[in-house]
Amino acid sequence: MKLAEVLEALSLAVDDPEMHNKEVEGGYCSDLLSDVMAKAAARSIWVTNQVHPNVVAVASLIDAAAVIIAGGMKPEEETVKKAEELGIPLFSTDLTAFDVVGRLYALGLRGKSRNG
Amino acid sequence: MADIRGVETLMSVTYDIAARDFVRAGEAANKLKRLLQQLGLDPAVIRRAAIAAYEAEMNVVIHSYGGQMKVDITPETIEILCQDSGPGIPDIEQALQEGYSTASEEIREMGFGAGMGLPNIQRSADQFQIESTVGQGTTLHVTILHEAGE
Repeated sequence: MKLAEVLEALSLAVDDPEMHNKEVEGGYCSDLLSDVMAKAAARSIWVTNQVHPNVVAVASLIDAAAVIIAGGMKPEEETVKKAEELGIPLFSTDLTAFDVVGRLYALGLRGKSRNG
Repeated sequence: MADIRGVETLMSVTYDIAARDFVRAGEAANKLKRLLQQLGLDPAVIRRAAIAAYEAEMNVVIHSYGGQMKVDITPETIEILCQDSGPGIPDIEQALQEGYSTASEEIREMGFGAGMGLPNIQRSADQFQIESTVGQGTTLHVTILHEAGE
């Protein structure tokens, strides 16, 4: 599905047609960076509570479709800067990680890890 | 250029890794990934190289006083040589165990130090070698074959 559908389900707005058209194939939810690195499949939405810039480095390495920072946490300034540099769609929401994943699941997205 | 084994090296790159720089951490792995993409390598191979390079880089950032990652790309392999100066690893067997970590609470709160780094490197590597001298540093050598895929 398109990233636009995902953002709509989370009531997130972005004025960037290129982002809207980004393809999303699944999701992954974890705060352990090594776990995400090892298992999250490419073109997944990554839901996390981590806010530091290394999140963007990992998202870029795994070709994440987007990063959703959940639970009312806000990304650090450097994180936002890095996301713009590397072209990683980065959002934050007051919804908890559980609720974010719940809404995306209801939308039809499924968990997707690298080895099946 | 051909090395001592007579293997042709297509490309050789070196990345400096600064200790404790969590803003830049992951840049070396990302640069390597982009380079491998430009070379048109298989995405599964690139992912394995990205995992190995990222974990090696983070180990240098978290545990050492700084180091370098040298990557040689040959027609058959990606060779990642990661060297740091630092405290070294007293018990490598133990460090290779899934879940074992010496990272501080502060580092763990950032989502690092889960004791998955070295095991992730091992799983991603076709060949894996680690040598460490306490009080001096650690050297990691990872070989990834282009054709091995997942």
